[in-house]
Amino acid sequence: MELMGQYLGAGLACIGMAGAAIGVGNVAGNYLSGALRNPSAAASQTATLFIGMAFAEALGIFSFLVALLLLFAV
Amino acid sequence: MATEAETGLAFHPMDQFVVKPLFRHIEPGTCVPSQNITEGCIRWYEPTNATLWLGLTALAIIALFVFGTRGRAIIPNRVQSIAEMTYGMVYKMLEDICGKEGLKYFPFVMTLFCFIVFSNYLGLLPKSFSTTSQIAVTGVLALMVFLGVTILGFVKNGAHFLGLFWVSSAPLALRPVLALIELISYFVRPVSHSIRLAGNVMAGHAVIKVFAAFGAMLLISPIIGIVVTPLSVLGIVGVYGLEMLVAIIQAYVFTILTCVYLKDALHPSH
Amino acid sequence: MFSLLQAAAPTAAETDTHAAPANAEAAAAAAGHGADAAAHAPAATGHAVEAAGHAEAAGQAVGMPQLDITTFGNQIFWLLVTLAVLYWVLSKVALPRIDAVISDRQGAITGDLMQAEEYKKKAKDAEAAYDKALSDARAEAHKIVAAQKADIQKDLDNAIAKADAEIAARTSESEKRIGAIRDSATADARSVARDVTAELVRAFGGNADQGAIDAAVDARLKGAA
Repeated sequence: MELMGQYLGAGLACIGMAGAAIGVGNVAGNYLSGALRNPSAAASQTATLFIGMAFAEALGIFSFLVALLLLFAV
Repeated sequence: MATEAETGLAFHPMDQFVVKPLFRHIEPGTCVPSQNITEGCIRWYEPTNATLWLGLTALAIIALFVFGTRGRAIIPNRVQSIAEMTYGMVYKMLEDICGKEGLKYFPFVMTLFCFIVFSNYLGLLPKSFSTTSQIAVTGVLALMVFLGVTILGFVKNGAHFLGLFWVSSAPLALRPVLALIELISYFVRPVSHSIRLAGNVMAGHAVIKVFAAFGAMLLISPIIGIVVTPLSVLGIVGVYGLEMLVAIIQAYVFTILTCVYLKDALHPSH
Repeated sequence: MFSLLQAAAPTAAETDTHAAPANAEAAAAAAGHGADAAAHAPAATGHAVEAAGHAEAAGQAVGMPQLDITTFGNQIFWLLVTLAVLYWVLSKVALPRIDAVISDRQGAITGDLMQAEEYKKKAKDAEAAYDKALSDARAEAHKIVAAQKADIQKDLDNAIAKADAEIAARTSESEKRIGAIRDSATADARSVARDVTAELVRAFGGNADQGAIDAAVDARLKGAA
């Protein structure tokens, strides 16, 4: 019973990764559309792109971590 | 693990992250700290597989940056070009974000970047041990950055450094709330900074191991295996390619965030 | 599972200090927990510690190996050693060397560019000098040609003048001679005419006055001439 709860919780935590995926996709897509509108400014903004992606992805990593903790450490 | 007995597939995705001594075998049950049984525990000084791969990382970096640039050639050979391009990339990143004053900390940032890149890539070798998948390692890296930046901020700016949390452009009523949020996000920095790197590396390696376990399906059931085994091999190739990308991107992200935090310490005006 | 084992362990440790009967009971309870958590660990061992030991002996990770605090000291120690070595090597050897190489290259490139600029200027100067020499030579040639032309013209003029003078002299001489010839011819004709007239007059029996005859002949000749 407890094991089932852990697995269910881990699976549910993985839904959080979908949010991170949407966020990262949003960042990349908006960067691309901005870059196509103004290609000369694109190169100077790659650092910002990666920072934005890292922040969006961090929350997905947190949900992944919750899943791992539920599976292995609880 | 419960499925293992039923299907015969061996899922051990986390075994690759176990730290083992190099020259002895830990007898079962000889390391249970909660029971004061510690004679089998890993001592802080003894060489382990983590030590081995940390050392190999250091050797690879020294090979590239010291032996690769031994010629000091005006027209560089390939190895020297790689060293110079890495140097140029990190230098430019630091200069773009922190300005000229940040260049004083260039060796530190360069050390971080090279260490993470090389241990990520060495961790991708089969049978290797990826040091950056360990929370202890990335946690120390992130804490070094966090403590260093915090101390530097107070030494350089004194109490003015607290202006980082006091958003003076916001309405006065909102400022305490924002200050609380800023404070929390400041202290979450080392957590996300370290877990991002370790989580990315660990996730990729574990997924590869899971695919590898499915790859043995052909040995257990030829009918299912004829479909599953090629798919899982393809899956390993795909995830491996992704991991190659993730290895460099996570190193880049770690370094660029270090630069951003450093900028906050040097110029705390919000 | 990991924390279950850990939770079970203090129970066992605690009971060690207690009386013997309680010890057996607690150990059995701990063994039960451990066996439940690690599904494949043999419950027959009867002790939680050994259950954990079996999981490790089978070469498998119990829980997340990253959260095994007993390895942290080792990892952190060696990580700090590695980072210290790397920091020292990079900041003392590698980075200054690369910096030197890059600035050397920058210097070499700048120097080469300046030299190229200099060479370019030199080439321009040489071209200008060449052009100047060429135009000078051309002007000189023009001058020489003009001088030669003038000389020739002078010679030509002299020769023409000389020839003209000679022709004039010859012409005047010839005219003189023709004049002389004509004069002598006229004089001959006059004397012949006078003689003939005097003879004619004499033949006609006249006694002609010489003076009158001459005058008449001259008058006639003047009219004829």
